[in-house]
Amino acid sequence: MLSLRNMKIIVWKDLLEVRQNKSVIVSLAMVPLIIMVILPLVILILANQAGAAEAFNDPDLAVMMANIPTSISRQFSGFNELQLNLAMMLGYIFAPMFLILPIMVSASIAAESFAGERERKTLEALLYTPASDTELFLGKALAAFIPAVLIAWLSFVLYTLVLNVAGYPLFGRIWFPFPVWYALVFWVTPAFAALGVGATVLISTRVQTFMGAYQTSGSLVLLVLGLMVGQIAGVIYLSTWVGLLVGFIIWLAAGVLIFLGIQQFNRKRLLLQKAT
Amino acid sequence: MDSVIRVDQLNHYYGTQMAIDSLSFEVARGEVFGLLGPNGAGKTTTIRLLNGMFEPSEGKLAVMNLDPRTQGGQIRRLAGVLTETPALYERLSARQNLRFFGTLAGLSDSQIKKRTEELLSLFDLSERADDRTGTYSKGMKQRLAIARAWINQPKLLFLDEPTSGLDPQAALQVRELIAQVREQEGTTVLLCTHNLDEAQKLCDRLLIMRKGASLAQGSLADLRRIVSPGLWLDIDLLKPYGDLESLNHQAGVIQLLDQDSFSIRLELADQSFIPSIVQYLAAGGAQIVRVQSEEISLEAVYLKLQKSSEVNHA
Repeated sequence: MLSLRNMKIIVWKDLLEVRQNKSVIVSLAMVPLIIMVILPLVILILANQAGAAEAFNDPDLAVMMANIPTSISRQFSGFNELQLNLAMMLGYIFAPMFLILPIMVSASIAAESFAGERERKTLEALLYTPASDTELFLGKALAAFIPAVLIAWLSFVLYTLVLNVAGYPLFGRIWFPFPVWYALVFWVTPAFAALGVGATVLISTRVQTFMGAYQTSGSLVLLVLGLMVGQIAGVIYLSTWVGLLVGFIIWLAAGVLIFLGIQQFNRKRLLLQKAT
Repeated sequence: MDSVIRVDQLNHYYGTQMAIDSLSFEVARGEVFGLLGPNGAGKTTTIRLLNGMFEPSEGKLAVMNLDPRTQGGQIRRLAGVLTETPALYERLSARQNLRFFGTLAGLSDSQIKKRTEELLSLFDLSERADDRTGTYSKGMKQRLAIARAWINQPKLLFLDEPTSGLDPQAALQVRELIAQVREQEGTTVLLCTHNLDEAQKLCDRLLIMRKGASLAQGSLADLRRIVSPGLWLDIDLLKPYGDLESLNHQAGVIQLLDQDSFSIRLELADQSFIPSIVQYLAAGGAQIVRVQSEEISLEAVYLKLQKSSEVNHA
């Protein structure tokens, strides 16, 4: 039977180690701050300036707007041209950018936890404890998953505040979030966090260092960029249903990766692993 | 023998490479048993197998009457292991490290608190208990690593190269701690080392390994008897003595070594022959200024065994 106490202490230890690692903390704080606070704030401040309507009048956005399904365009009804452009940019195109956060945070902590443990030569002492392989795996996976989801949720709250407070002079009302964001935040975000953990665990079994694991798992961000490009190109429209479907596919992929990760995570393999 | 560890005809392969070759030994309760051998002799692999980290290819193993193949978790709960490197979480304090390993060892929060204070005090780490262990000296880290291995008051301690990389003073401190741990709790200790001086000082019995196989095992006296039945006798002379060769024919002399004009080194069957040798030399006109007998050291035993094994392999 799994010991909850063992898993809790592993989570506690891993998070304590992350908290003491300045480079990880800086990257965990900076990326959400830039993507979810500074960037939208700058856009909204610029939009408040005189002549902003002209500057934000992008013909590509107009083309996108023309092709967008009515389920999405309905959310923009009653907006003037500037409001429409801002809502498209910050409320719709920006949405996949938000998904970078759970991937980045979970990959960063999982790399620190799995590959970092080997890099710092602490793994063997951990393996000599009575904790089972599954407890060790789940403890470490949760230590990466929980903060990834919490940081993404906190970033969402900050983003909502920034858009509604800094955007109030332009919109005159609370206009964000759109319904698709709830699917992204509560369904797709945990899926991407789990995907980041699963991928990093697998990669960590093949590389020896934290940086190696982190950089390789960082390529998962391409998935998010793919979503973003797909939206801009009109290939995919991120409605609530599409969000739920994307989440389902990512959960499946994460499940497969975590299953494979559990298979790889046993004492013999970990002790005999060589760098490749 | 009331055995805590029983190993019988153990074989282990990494792929096709043999890591342990027909190894058999027993460790009695309360004993300090040393595994001696060069790097790659199979000492660490033996510890891993005994803790159920992976399954042996062939042979029988029992640790505290548990089977490491199926009861590794239970063995690790009852035993403590000091790995070759201290393996501490260097961003955490000593107290946090002990809390983490104490919890995983199954101690309650109050037991951890009590035990942590005891160990920090015993291992002279109380003053720096809340500092990051990354700021500790090597000796302090090693002391904390032993404290970690000992947190659950294990009946059996595995110590893998406990003084490796330490300066002589820190190494002495660690050796004293190991002796103290054993004395206080009667803990059985399996010590892996290639430090022969340490093994000689700490171990009741020893097993000398090479390439996964046992070359010899027993107490130091047993091992001495295996490689040589005798002792060394050094005699210093005031003036050169002419007929050294004749000493080879005296009773009890096994061999004459390192001879020069002013000193003689003899291997004798035992100390009862010393008076007759001294008497023989004095009668022959030798002016003796010093006579010193010396038991064959573990180092000499070890090197002789390793060398003869090398020759046999060749």
